Amino acid sequence: MTTQKPKLAMYWAASCGGCEVSLANIHEAILEVDAHFDFMFCPCLLDTKKKDIEALPDGDIFLTLFNGALRTEENLEMATLLRRKSRLFVAFGSCAATGGIPALANHHGIADVLETAFCSVPSIDNPERLIPGTTCQVPDGELELPAFLTRVLALHEAVPVDYTMPGCPPESEQIIAVVRHVASGAPLPPSGAQIGCTDRAVCDECPREKRTTLASRLIRPFEALPEPGWCLVEQGFLCVGSSTRGGCVALCPTANMPCTGCYGSLDQSADPGATALATLVAAVDPGSAVGVDETALLAGLKDALSGVADPLGTFYRYSLSETVVADRAKEVE
Amino acid sequence: MSCQTLPTEQTAETSSANVTPGPLRIVAFLCNWCSYAGADKAGSNQLPVPSELSVIRVMCSGRIEPPLILEAFQKGADGVMVLACHPGDCHYKEGNIRAFCRAELLQNLVPQLGIDPKRFRFDYVSAAEAEKFSRITNEFVDKMRSIRL
Ligand code: SF4
Ligand code: SF4
Ligand code: SF4
Ligand code: FES
Repeated sequence: MTTQKPKLAMYWAASCGGCEVSLANIHEAILEVDAHFDFMFCPCLLDTKKKDIEALPDGDIFLTLFNGALRTEENLEMATLLRRKSRLFVAFGSCAATGGIPALANHHGIADVLETAFCSVPSIDNPERLIPGTTCQVPDGELELPAFLTRVLALHEAVPVDYTMPGCPPESEQIIAVVRHVASGAPLPPSGAQIGCTDRAVCDECPREKRTTLASRLIRPFEALPEPGWCLVEQGFLCVGSSTRGGCVALCPTANMPCTGCYGSLDQSADPGATALATLVAAVDPGSAVGVDETALLAGLKDALSGVADPLGTFYRYSLSETVVADRAKEVE
Repeated sequence: MSCQTLPTEQTAETSSANVTPGPLRIVAFLCNWCSYAGADKAGSNQLPVPSELSVIRVMCSGRIEPPLILEAFQKGADGVMVLACHPGDCHYKEGNIRAFCRAELLQNLVPQLGIDPKRFRFDYVSAAEAEKFSRITNEFVDKMRSIRL
């Protein structure tokens, strides 16, 4: 089918499908998308093939929303292809933006990941310990699978990205706002911008009241019921809303859950996890050190911080591929 | 020095910095009021201080934001020390307590990021503790030398 409408594509690499669900959640506004764009490629929803994309002239797709991180050679190949074919290439969702949940696998080596996924998880029965390789002999010949990359990459680490639209997944209201903006022909933000979000913290949109108190200790969600209407972090819950970019209208704290940081770090210039760590620690009451026994004081503080059982999972939940030490050779597992 | 200067994608340099064997590089953040004075005293008392130490003098250990510590590792530091005033002695009351809290979480985070936790050390050195400064810096450098080999 030929059309004069600008082409729109959406692709999933190492992703969960939630980003597509979020697009589907725009409901009847999908008709607006169709009115303005030729939505021509989306393996989750449409039957267009890779060869159809290869056949397009470079830059022919006006807007590509690329979700998912880069885990395999295939992800990398599709990212390269779609980048070349697209005018505007958007890292869509936390996985594409900062590695997201798939990048947590970078905490372990590939051997460990394969062992867990194919041999040791309780839901697997694999006595022969069969693990997918890049080639496999079957009666009909040899089959090939794309290889794993040595670590999970965010999209921008492999190809140039025009915009980043954060969120796990990006909120449907933000998607429709972005689509409307692009369709209206209004000037686009400068290249490299974060779109579909704000440049203020989640706290700015959060209805919970800050009473400017400090938490006596940090606690995990199962340890207490949050008092309604009061800032979660002041109650000790591990809410990273104050170091996280807004745009979700504080979805999680509104529903009594601490923000886990899916809209990404507010401060793009520093290590995302270390920044979140510093911000969270600032919410803890340091107490008074004057006239107190040093050992007792430090032991009390250690206990107050013990609610952070998993610093990596708390502070890099969606951003492990972005840590500044990502490429430092691992000495300990 | 600022934590604003480094784009997150700067990683290539790190890996090459890591494989090049050279002299040990130890970054020591010293609080101006206590540990730096302690280091100074160690110098004037002619106590041994390792030459591998790159000292960064800061106004308070509370100034050392966690990103700075990871950036030191990124740029190839073999080890990072943060030396503070003893609890109760911080010029800004609680800077060192905040630094302790960050260090406590960093100590658990650093190995999760694949870095040997021995490479990060937070400790207290007062202006009078020249001997302690000399001892712990030498210990730390020796340890870094032994885990590198
Ligand atoms: S950003 Fe979230 S919703 Fe989107 S693919 Fe990744 S995990 Fe799924
Ligand atoms: S820290 Fe969390 S609960 Fe508190 S205001 Fe910010 S987002 Fe809301
Ligand atoms: S509150 Fe935090 S984790 Fe929840 S949607 Fe918003 S940014 Fe994401
Ligand atoms: S002034 Fe020395 S640690 Fe704060």
